[in-house]
Amino acid sequence: MQPILNVSGLSKTYDSGFQALKQVDLAINKGEVFALLGPNGAGKTTLISIICGLVNPSAGSVSVDGHDILKDYRAARGLIGLVPQELTTDAFVTVWQTISFSRGLFGKRKNPEYLEKVLKDLSLWDKKDAMIMTLSGGMKRRVLIAKALAHEPQILFLDEPTAGVDVELRRDMWEVVRVLQQTGVTIILTTHYIEEAEEMADRVGVISKGEIILVEEKAELMRKLGRKELTLHLHEPLDSLPASLNGHDLELGGEGYEIVYHYDTQGERTGITSLLQDLGDAGIRFRDLQTKQSSLEEIFVSLVRERK
Amino acid sequence: MNLRAIQTIYLFEMDRMRRTVAQSVISPVLSTALYFIVFGSAIGSRIEEIDGVAYGAFIVPGLMMMTLLMQSVSNAAFGIYFPRFVGTVYEILSAPISAMEIVIGYVGAAATKSLIIGLIILATAHFFVDIEIRHPVWMLAFLILTSVTFSLLGFIIGIWADNFEKLQLVPLLVVTPLAFLGGSFYSIKMLPEFWQTVTLFNPVVYLISGFRWSFYGQADVAITVSLSMTFVFLVICLAVVWWIFRTGYRLKP
Repeated sequence: MQPILNVSGLSKTYDSGFQALKQVDLAINKGEVFALLGPNGAGKTTLISIICGLVNPSAGSVSVDGHDILKDYRAARGLIGLVPQELTTDAFVTVWQTISFSRGLFGKRKNPEYLEKVLKDLSLWDKKDAMIMTLSGGMKRRVLIAKALAHEPQILFLDEPTAGVDVELRRDMWEVVRVLQQTGVTIILTTHYIEEAEEMADRVGVISKGEIILVEEKAELMRKLGRKELTLHLHEPLDSLPASLNGHDLELGGEGYEIVYHYDTQGERTGITSLLQDLGDAGIRFRDLQTKQSSLEEIFVSLVRERK
Repeated sequence: MNLRAIQTIYLFEMDRMRRTVAQSVISPVLSTALYFIVFGSAIGSRIEEIDGVAYGAFIVPGLMMMTLLMQSVSNAAFGIYFPRFVGTVYEILSAPISAMEIVIGYVGAAATKSLIIGLIILATAHFFVDIEIRHPVWMLAFLILTSVTFSLLGFIIGIWADNFEKLQLVPLLVVTPLAFLGGSFYSIKMLPEFWQTVTLFNPVVYLISGFRWSFYGQADVAITVSLSMTFVFLVICLAVVWWIFRTGYRLKP
C-alpha cells in the first residue's frame, strides 16, 4: 500500500536539552487507523506537533502525500486535520461559527452542506447555534473533531482523544472513529490506554523515550508477542504434578485444582494435543478449561521493560 | 496567497469587535469625548491660543492620536495573545497559511478597528469644538500609517507577553506616558530648551506633530521628518515580526 505519511530520521531536541524524538522513522498507510502507543512523555505529542507544524523539527523530514511539511507546507498542511489533546476552543462563538472559521483558515470555499454532514456525523447538528462555552466536555471534544474535519482532510490526528473522558464517552468516541474510518480518512491516534489501541487500531506503533520500538499489525502483534495461557480445572486436586508431565511448561495452582499451561501462539505446534494426551495417560481428568490471550497492555509493559 | 484565510481571520476579529462594542468602541470614544468637554469646552476657553489655534481645537489631533495608539496596541496585542492563552492558536499554526497572511489578518483587523474609533472621535469632536482639516488626504494617511504601525507593535507585545500583566504593562507604562508627553496637550515649543531636545527621542512627538500639521498646517517638527520617523518605526516593527516568525519565538518550540 502507498504510504500517505512518511516520517524519516525525525529528531527533536528542545531548548532545554531534552531529546523528545530520536531518529524516528514511520510510514502510515492510506485509510488505516494507526495507534501510537506510549507512556506519558514518550514523544507522542511532539511527533504529532512536528507533523502538523506546531513544533520545529531539529533534524529529519516528514512528507504528507509526497509534500514536504516545511518546503511545501501549504499542500502538506491542507491534507491534515488535528484534534489537540487539550479542550482548546473559543468560548463566545457558536459551533457553526467556529467550524466555518476552521474551514476558511484552510482556504476552502464555503460548503454548508459538507459542514452540515460533519456535524450530523458527530451528533452535533442540534447544537450548531449553541455557544461553545455552554457545551459539555464531551461535546467540546466533538466540536474539536468537527473543526479538524471542516476542511476535508485526508489524515486526521487525534491526540489522546479520550484522555480525561469517562467510560461511556470513551466508547462513544470509539464509535465516532469507526464512522470516520468508513469515510476513508486515515486516522492516527495517540493514546496511553492500551484498550483503546486494541479496540480501534489496524496497526500499532509503540513509542518510548523518543524512539519507535515497534510497528506491527495489531493482530500480528498480538499473535507474535501474545503468550497464551491454558487453564485446566481439575476434578480432583493434585499435591504435585506427576513426573510424566515434566516435558510440558506447567504450573500447579488454585490449591491443586488448576493446571496452567503457557504457550506461544506463534509456534506451529502449540503442544496442546500432546499435553492433553499425557494428562489422559496420567489419569488426570478435568471438568473445564479456558484460554486467555495476553492483552496489548501486558505486551507493552514487557516491551518497555525489555528496553530498560 | 491564501486570501480566504486572511479574510477569515480578519472577519473573525472584526466580529469580536462587534460582540464587544461597548468595550472596544464606546468606551474609548467616550473617554476621549470627556477630554474634549473638560479641556476643550470648559477649561479651554480660559487658555490662550497656541500658534493661532484655539486650545480646544489644538488638542483634537493629539487626543485622536493618543487614543489611536492605545487602541491599536491593545487591540492587536489582545487579538493574538488570547488565542495563545486559551490554546486555540494551534489551529492558526497548523493551517496552510504563511506568517505574512497571519499578520495581515490580525494586524489589519486591529488597525481597522482603531481607524473606525479615530474617525468616530473626529466626528464627536465636531460637536464640542470648531476644527478645520487643511490636508484631509494627509490626515487619513497619518491615521492609517499610525494604526498599522502601532497594531504591529501590539502584535509583537501579544506574542511576547506570557501573562496578562505583561500584556497590560507596555500599553500602560510605555505608550500612555509617551502619548501624554508627546505633545497631545501642548506644543513642544512651550517646553524649556533642554526638555525640547529630550522630547525629540519620543517617537509619538513626530506622529502628533505631523497629524496636527494635517489639521492646522502647524507643526513642531518638519512634516518630512514626521513621516520618515513614522516609516522608520514601521520598518522596525516589521523587522521584529519577521524575526518572530523566522525563529518561531514564543510560537513554536
